[in-house]
Amino acid sequence: MSITERVIGIIAEQAVLERSDVSMDSTLEDLGIDSLGLVESIFAIEEEFDISIPFNANAPQESDFDISSVASIVAGIEKLVKDQS
Amino acid sequence: MKRVVITGAGTINALGHTVPETLEAMREGRCGIGELEFRDVERLAIRIGGQVRGYSADTRFNRQQLSLYDRFTQFTLIAAHEAISQSGLEFSGALAAKSGVVLGNSGGGMTTLDENYRSVYEDGKNRVHPFVVPKLMNNAAAGHVSMEYNLKGPSFTVSTACASSNHAMAQAFQMVHGGMAPVMITGGSESMLCFGGVKAWEGLRVMSKDGCRPFSANRNGMVQGEGAGVFVFEEYEHARKRGAEILAEVAGFAMTSDAADIVMPSKQGAARAMRGALSDARINADRVGYINAHGTGTTANDKTECAAVADVFGPHADRLMISSTKSMHGHCIGGTGAVELLACIMALRDGVIAPTIGYEETDPECALDVVPNQAREAPIEVALSNAFAFGGLNAVLALKRFET
Repeated sequence: MSITERVIGIIAEQAVLERSDVSMDSTLEDLGIDSLGLVESIFAIEEEFDISIPFNANAPQESDFDISSVASIVAGIEKLVKDQS
Repeated sequence: MKRVVITGAGTINALGHTVPETLEAMREGRCGIGELEFRDVERLAIRIGGQVRGYSADTRFNRQQLSLYDRFTQFTLIAAHEAISQSGLEFSGALAAKSGVVLGNSGGGMTTLDENYRSVYEDGKNRVHPFVVPKLMNNAAAGHVSMEYNLKGPSFTVSTACASSNHAMAQAFQMVHGGMAPVMITGGSESMLCFGGVKAWEGLRVMSKDGCRPFSANRNGMVQGEGAGVFVFEEYEHARKRGAEILAEVAGFAMTSDAADIVMPSKQGAARAMRGALSDARINADRVGYINAHGTGTTANDKTECAAVADVFGPHADRLMISSTKSMHGHCIGGTGAVELLACIMALRDGVIAPTIGYEETDPECALDVVPNQAREAPIEVALSNAFAFGGLNAVLALKRFET
């Protein structure tokens, strides 16, 4: 499975939606994921990819990890996974 | 109803091991937050906190005591000793039978839990010390204070996360106010600055890696502290007859629940608690000169709290002062309201307002007089102390400068 598919799987599970309901341009808000859901999703992604995501709920915009859409999340993870290897 | 006054105060926290040391640090705007020191700290992403320094348990307690006293109990007993000594009270006969101790605490003996889990899970041991349970239970501190001072009335522990101490002190106030007890020992303590304690908090992603800057636009989260604050709440006539020194009067309180979200604060819940405390104390909002804010330094709390203050006080919100002493001693969780009550006492008794330190950038969403970086002198007649806990459980105390 590609990184995109794995991320969509995690987000779909968090949002209690079908994978097909999660599109690349969806925002977490569109999917009904609140602040706790976001923190849980980030935890699940970290576990899945064995990476550490620099995310502070107090300053998401300064966290160097763009959570504005599914696409930006996937891009951020791809970079972290690449940097790690 | 009986008037309730404070006739003793004690503390130990990152700013000092006594009340005078702590108040001096608050007046000077000193920061007690620094690099954490404990086992496995290098495995944490968050490595700062308001740890009690220069403290050696061995010099304060003997070996038998330490086998029963978790760090949060040690802190409580140290603070209780200072408070009760200051009050000059000795508990015997009818006074002892009716007086009790109500304390706030959130995590219980976290250090004890951490050490013993490590021992059985990591080190593979199959035996733990026989006193693990009486050492880690949340009510251990209240029990030991009752034993140490012969307090035989109502005693228990209140656990409402970050509002624990305020809920506890509100209960103690109510008992003295209603005539149930002539004296109550109250306040709270917390010590979860250990690997497991901080690791759990890290998970929420609300902790700052570099400092606690409440109300400042560049704030980026809370910083945890530890410590205890203990007070003697006494019925006024009882205190007057024995010529006790009175530090301040506790005038009222309110508790509310947001009934909304387990972690996100609500403006309505906070506002209802502040309004309720004023109404319980029969005080007009425009007499409030100082609010000791919950002021955690998180984005969510600080803007919500400021909006609630603006809502409750209207134009007077711009005239009163509001500061967060968490910027100096860190967030002492279940003990925080008790440590912060000291700032209210200093404001009312000494006319010195503790600052919000670490304040660097104005935030339009926190546009109140937050007493940035430097303490200020001003006569204060009424002070509020806010605590808004996870769970949406809020408790606000109203205090008055003591006047006969």
